[in-house]
Amino acid sequence: MLNPYLHLNSKLFDKEAEAKPTRDGYGEGLVFLGTTNPNVVVLTADLSDSTRCEEFAKRFPERFFECGVAEQNMAAIAAGMGVTGKIPFVSSYATFSPGKNWETIRTTIVYNEANVKIAGHHSGIVTGPDGATHQATEDIAITRAWPGIRVIVPCDAIEAKKATILAAETKGPVYLRFTRDKTPIITTDKTPYTPGKAQTFWVSDNPEVTIFATGHLLYYALLAAKNLEKNGINVLVANVSCIKPLDGESVLELAKTGAVVSVEDHQVTGGLGGALSEFFARNKPLPMEFVGLQDTFAESGKALELIKKYGMDEVAIEKAVKKVLTRKK
Amino acid sequence: MFELNDAKIIELEEKANKIRELTISSLLEAGSGHSAGSLGMADIFAAFYFHLLNHDPKNPEWDERDRLVLSNGHICPVRYAAMALSGYFPIEELKTLRKINSRLQGHPHRTSLPGVETTSGPLGEGVSQSIGIALAARLDKKKYHIYCVSSDGEHQEGNTWEAVMFAGKQKLDNLTLIIDRNNIQIDGFTEDVMPLEPLKEKYEAFNWHVLEVDGNNIRAFIDASAQAKSIHEKPTVIIAHTIPGKGVDFMENDFTWHGKTPDKDQAKKALSELRTLEGKIESESQ
Repeated sequence: MLNPYLHLNSKLFDKEAEAKPTRDGYGEGLVFLGTTNPNVVVLTADLSDSTRCEEFAKRFPERFFECGVAEQNMAAIAAGMGVTGKIPFVSSYATFSPGKNWETIRTTIVYNEANVKIAGHHSGIVTGPDGATHQATEDIAITRAWPGIRVIVPCDAIEAKKATILAAETKGPVYLRFTRDKTPIITTDKTPYTPGKAQTFWVSDNPEVTIFATGHLLYYALLAAKNLEKNGINVLVANVSCIKPLDGESVLELAKTGAVVSVEDHQVTGGLGGALSEFFARNKPLPMEFVGLQDTFAESGKALELIKKYGMDEVAIEKAVKKVLTRKK
Repeated sequence: MFELNDAKIIELEEKANKIRELTISSLLEAGSGHSAGSLGMADIFAAFYFHLLNHDPKNPEWDERDRLVLSNGHICPVRYAAMALSGYFPIEELKTLRKINSRLQGHPHRTSLPGVETTSGPLGEGVSQSIGIALAARLDKKKYHIYCVSSDGEHQEGNTWEAVMFAGKQKLDNLTLIIDRNNIQIDGFTEDVMPLEPLKEKYEAFNWHVLEVDGNNIRAFIDASAQAKSIHEKPTVIIAHTIPGKGVDFMENDFTWHGKTPDKDQAKKALSELRTLEGKIESESQ
């Protein structure tokens, strides 16, 4: 069942459950920061509406910087502001930032220890109709490889708002990953959120497998857990909202089931699955299956169609759980 | 700032010569690095550290200091030499350039050495970082000035022009950009590798005020810098024509010295040339 202590959305499994893009949470978080923290500034590269900066821009025009279609310049300007007392939020699509401007961020923000927050929008295949050019599916891998950065993937719009606000209080570079399409609201305002902590969202007696999910696919992991329970397979589902640094202590405790499935709207290489398998290889070798984009680019289509076709829905997750069970000795 | 009389100019020229000496010695010790650009910019760095900058070498994080951003980080030996000579750290430390456990990284790293302001090396990023500092200063109503030194070669990077376009739009009058127009880059002369001319007109088209000077003439450079600060409707760029390898006859204008260092004999020869330069430092013991 859903963890009763976390005040999760009780209507999560209803047909008409509330859904909202995580980018909306980012926009709300920025407006909150605009009123509470005078050092917060926002930059965008001609994507103020679709990265949800418009309200901030309207209310705090002197702290909003339109950079035009120039992601490298935007990142390095933010770096200069970040070493001069400002807390810049850099807003673009993840394929462009941190994709196109990867080295600029590496040198001027991460190695330079500039206090900059990089918001990568339109992540994952749920970006949908725009096609694979705009679906960022490697951004966790390319940011996670940097020393000293925090990589945060909120599971819903409510968590996205909390993560945005708390990123401003976290000194140093942070990567925040957001999605374009509406995704189910899993948490509530009351759900505790501690940056960096993995949380158990689905609990059960005598669980046999642990599902570690990040981002919006957490919903499908929870759906799979519910279905599996009906079929007599008990699992745990954890929300890993912080991929770097990984909450090793919680991960190790949760992995006591002895078998693990990772779930992410990202390539199975280098993302959450990569981070977990590196961790388990060092600390607790165990059988593991990976749900995500299987070393391929996706295509145009509706988000739900793509999730199904590319094997990231509850059906695919249930299959992975059953497979990992057969590998468990 | 001191009055710019002849005695002051001579003093600055002597500083430039000393900076060249320290640059050559540290490059010899390092065994790798960039000689030509470093030597060509010694006069400008002498002008900055001993006249133009409002700074405190003993308090490199002083909030009101002028910011000097080095975009073409590979010429950091000249900056390190100027910093050491002006009191940021002991001159002896220059010997650690590019060595393990040193604060003097092969390309500048902000958090390793207080006072270098930014991390740089990958080209084309310094103008953007300077813009960021200039915007932050403007938001905080700070009076300090931001100088950015860039190379001509890095004007082949798209990022440089993204930044130039942005600064023009923002009318950043607290920013002065200096281009080391020495005409060389690793693979040859800039106009052969990838022509940059007409550079002045390019900047004017992007709404910048453009000044051109002899970058090895300290008085001319200081005058241009003063003029740059008096322009308030747009950012100013000083295209400083310099001689790469300046002061060492066999290095001057030879692009093969862009990315290499002198060996022992070459360094000895170079240093002897510098010390006899107009006989000014001849008497100094070494």
